[in-house]
Order: sequence, then C-alpha cells, then structure tokens
Amino acid sequence: MIEKGRTWKFGKDVDTDVIIPARYLNTSEPEALAQHCMEDADPEFTRKVAQGDIIVAGKNFGCGSSREHAPIAIKAAGLSCVIASSFARIFYRNALNIGLPIFESAEAAEKIQQGDMVEIDESSGLITNLSRGETYQAVPFPPFMQELIKAGGLVPYVAGKAGKQASHV
Amino acid sequence: MGMTITEKILAAHAGLDQVVPGQLINARLDLVLANDVTAPVAIKEFKKLGRDNVFDRSRVALVPDHFAPNKDIQSAEQCKVMRDFARQHEVENYFEIGQMGIEHCLLPEQGLTLPGDCIIGADSHTCTYGAVGAFATGVGSTDLAAGMATGEAWFRVPESLKFFFYGDKWHHWVGGKDLILFVIGKIGVDGARYQSMEFDGEGIRSLSMDNRFTICNMAIEAGAKNGIIAPDEKTLEYIKARAKRDYKVYKSDTDAKYAEVFEIDVAEIEPQIAFPHLPENTRPVRESTHVKIDQVVIGSCTNGRLEDLQAAAQILRGRKVHKEIRLIVLPGTQQIYRQALAEGVIDALVEAGAAVSTPTCGPCLGGHMGILAKGEKALSTTNRNFVGRMGHPESEVYLCNPAVAAASAILGRIASPEEVA
Ligand code: SF4
Repeated sequence: MIEKGRTWKFGKDVDTDVIIPARYLNTSEPEALAQHCMEDADPEFTRKVAQGDIIVAGKNFGCGSSREHAPIAIKAAGLSCVIASSFARIFYRNALNIGLPIFESAEAAEKIQQGDMVEIDESSGLITNLSRGETYQAVPFPPFMQELIKAGGLVPYVAGKAGKQASHV
Repeated sequence: MGMTITEKILAAHAGLDQVVPGQLINARLDLVLANDVTAPVAIKEFKKLGRDNVFDRSRVALVPDHFAPNKDIQSAEQCKVMRDFARQHEVENYFEIGQMGIEHCLLPEQGLTLPGDCIIGADSHTCTYGAVGAFATGVGSTDLAAGMATGEAWFRVPESLKFFFYGDKWHHWVGGKDLILFVIGKIGVDGARYQSMEFDGEGIRSLSMDNRFTICNMAIEAGAKNGIIAPDEKTLEYIKARAKRDYKVYKSDTDAKYAEVFEIDVAEIEPQIAFPHLPENTRPVRESTHVKIDQVVIGSCTNGRLEDLQAAAQILRGRKVHKEIRLIVLPGTQQIYRQALAEGVIDALVEAGAAVSTPTCGPCLGGHMGILAKGEKALSTTNRNFVGRMGHPESEVYLCNPAVAAASAILGRIASPEEVA
C-alpha cells in the first residue's frame, strides 16, 4: 500500500496526553476522540487536516499512557500514518494492532518540513518527499508485525488462529 | 550464558530454556488487567474474537478506578460495560466501588501479582508489579483482548539495564520517588525505551515494599518495557501474607548480560522535583523553592500507599495547610484508607485541612476530583507532568515525594520538609 499526504510537523517526546488528552477518555468512540486529536499542541489541528495527511515528529512519539485511544484518535481524524525518529514502545504496538501504519526514520523526521507532500511505500518502508525530491528509508516492519499486518491487525490474526494450537512465534 | 531475571521469567513462560534480547516469543500469562478506560475498548475487540469465555476467570482483573465513582454519564456507561462483562464472564477479580482501589495499589495488596509472574495490563503503569519480582508490562486494549481470550501474548525480549544503588548515607526525606526521579533525570524519558530496568544493590534492599512499588511504577516514565527488583526477605514477607497460588522466585545470574550498568551512590540523591512538562526535568527541591503553587495532590498508584500517607501526616500533624492551597489526598485502596484511619493518619490530614477522597485516580489524569484552571500550578506525588495532564493545557504539574508535598502544602510553595520539620 502507498500512503500519500501533506505533512504536519511536531517536536520530540509527543506524549499520549497531547495526542488525546485524558479528560476526553470518558468515551472510546473514535469519532468523538478524533475531534480532540493533538488539541493541546494545536487547538486548530483537527479543523486543518485533510484525509490522508501525515504526522511527522521527533524521537519517542507516543510516550506516556498505554491508551489505545491515541492511535485510534489519529486514525479517526483522517491521518494516514505517522513518521517519527522513534516511537514509544506501547504506542508502537498499539498503532500496528489497530491498523495505523507508523514509520521510523530519523532522517525523514528531520528533513521533512511542515506542509511537504510525502509518499510512503508500506512494504519497503521507502519514504519519498515529493516537495523536495528526496527519499529516506524507514525501518521495515519486523517479521512478526508483517504477519499481523497481513492478517489485518491483532484481532483478525488471533481470530484466525482460534481453535488452532497456540504456536510459539 | 547467564540470563537476567526478566529473561528467565520470559523464557519460563515461553516454554524455553534460554532467551536472548531481540528474540520474539509467545508467552503464557499469569494475570491480565484492564480498567474503566481501557476495558471497554478491549471488550469490543474481545467480542470480535469469537470466544465464549475468558481464558481463566481467576486470572483476569478488572478495576474501575480512573473515572470511578462515575464522574458523569459517559463514564458511568464505560464502567457499566466493564461491570456487565465481568458479571457475564464471572470474572473473579472485579472490584466494585467500596472494595476497589487504584489498580496498581490494589492488585499486589490482594496477592494477585506474585514473584515470577508474567503479567500484562492495559495500563502503562502495570510495570509497578516488578517490585514483587514479576515481569509486568503495559499494553493496549487490543493486546489485552487477545490476552483475555488466549492467556498468551507475544513479546520481544528486552535488553536489560541495571541500576545499582550502593551506600547508606541517605539524605533525610529521600524515598523511592526520589530514586526513580533521579534516574529519569539522568537517562531521560526515553532512556530505557524498549528495555528492562533492573534495580539492585543495598540501597534498594534497604527500602520498604511501598518504596519499591513507587520505583517500578515509574519505569515507564523512562520508556521502559518493565521495571523489576529481585525478591528478597522483605518481598517474601509481603507475598506470603497474600499469595493464594504458587509462585517462583527468580534472580539474575552473575554473568547475565546488561546493555548498561549504572552505579549510583544513594548519598548523591536529594529530594527531587520534576518540573513541567516531562518527568526528566528534575532538580533538587532546594533549587525549586521559588515556585508558588495552588494545589497539592497526595495519592495515585505512585505514592498513594500507607507509608506515603504516613509521611504526609508526620509533617502535617498539628500544622495547617496554607490558606491559598487546596490539598487533596487520595488513599490508594480501601485497605490503605482503613489502616490510615485506624492509625489516626487520616484524622491528622483532615485536621490540617486536607480534602480526603475515596480511592480513585481522579486528578492524576485530569479526570475529576481536582482539575486545574488555566495558569494554575499543582505539586503532585503522581507520575506524569505532561501538558494538560491535570486540567487546562496552560496549567502546570510538578512531581515530588509525599513529604515534600506535605511541607509545600503548609508553606504555599515548593518546600523542603526540613523547612517545617
Ligand atoms: S493513578 Fe494515575 S498513573 Fe496511576 S493508574 Fe491511575 S491514572 Fe494511571
């Protein structure tokens, strides 16, 4: 799959309270969460983004809480994926489990500027900056993730295994 | 080749003799946990899995603590989803209001987290249980749903970092909170990303279980997958009074491999403050006394245990909370609450002017029971001081230990306990 969109740039250590403030966690409806996505970093964010846009950020994106509401809010707000120098562990897991593609590339995170048009090839991890004519290589997904992604996320993956003996990955 | 305690627990739960960092394993789980924020999402996913039952009714724990007692209609609906699920699946460890507590104070107290366990929780501070020598890590709701259904989860075996605390020249009023804030200040909020933080040394051995829970609780604040302390006599004394099933004590081999070893003299550590808006922005209290505050919170899964309340009461007894300060105290569990009542701790706090609440996460995540207005500053014994964590995005949160919180409540600004003791 190819993702293509305009980029929105954020700094390092973007935490889950910025992605979706805890005060809105009394619901888990994706549409309701989407309205407050990145609100504490940019109150206008959800009004400005278009379907398919991409978040670009520095190191440790998604640090803090384990709330799956964070990748859900990003996905429901219409963003196609996140590129960052690195991701916090639980966010990384959650994003792939719910089907939000994420890409790790320090070079891309540094060189992409706010508003650049960017295209990403999910299978190879190749990121093309259409505005600047540059390419960057993201870390490809580890093998177990490729399996999960192929199945469409953790739930279909486990549902597919139902009845079969649990295997050691 | 030697293994760390984390590697040994993971190997045992994957049915393997040996694991190495980076290896992907599928592990058997001893306990899976969710709360009123994460369970509704997990339950929705669970229903898609086509399983009739949870893998083991005695190994699932569901705790309404974040927005409970129900803050509003929406949170009431969330709690209801979880309660209905618990009843339908006869989940043994569902704790209703009146018996509940903040999950990470409650589960160890109930003997549900034991040495050698492999535990996942849909809450990032699940790493708290490392204090009893368990491998415990936070996951998202989808992972939790799969865990509830299968009793298994996949893991990438983490590298380990060792934090060795030596010496016995402790600064006065230093506790587990200061040790962990000091470490996070040193390595940063992603200093242990994807890794295991193992705490060891005579400095750790000399600390109580309450202090050890505080340390492991905040491992996630350095990005770690888990925090862990090998069991000793203190751990076993704590566990023996509570365990209802078998457990196994693991220790790291002397030739276990670490990505890095940090040696810290406890004498280096003064009471710490983490400034907004990251737990890594630490400074000694003595360099922070210029900060005027509006609210003080003592509680949470980090510092809502009996010793924390005792430390606060020791300072507040016979004194008054500053007239411009709102002091909110949240005991971690009903049991802690009752013990604090019996010991006169609650009375001392209330007499000093504290508002004492039933156990809840409440203000820790800006949920309810003490939200900050624009421009307000809180000093809190909780674990996160992110932007907007306790209320308005332009409010500020400073983190500290309970004694510092109590002293500051008296003086109306960040203060060292020595200034009032
Ligand atoms: S007390 Fe705070 S950090 Fe702990 S579980 Fe509750 S919300 Fe999370």
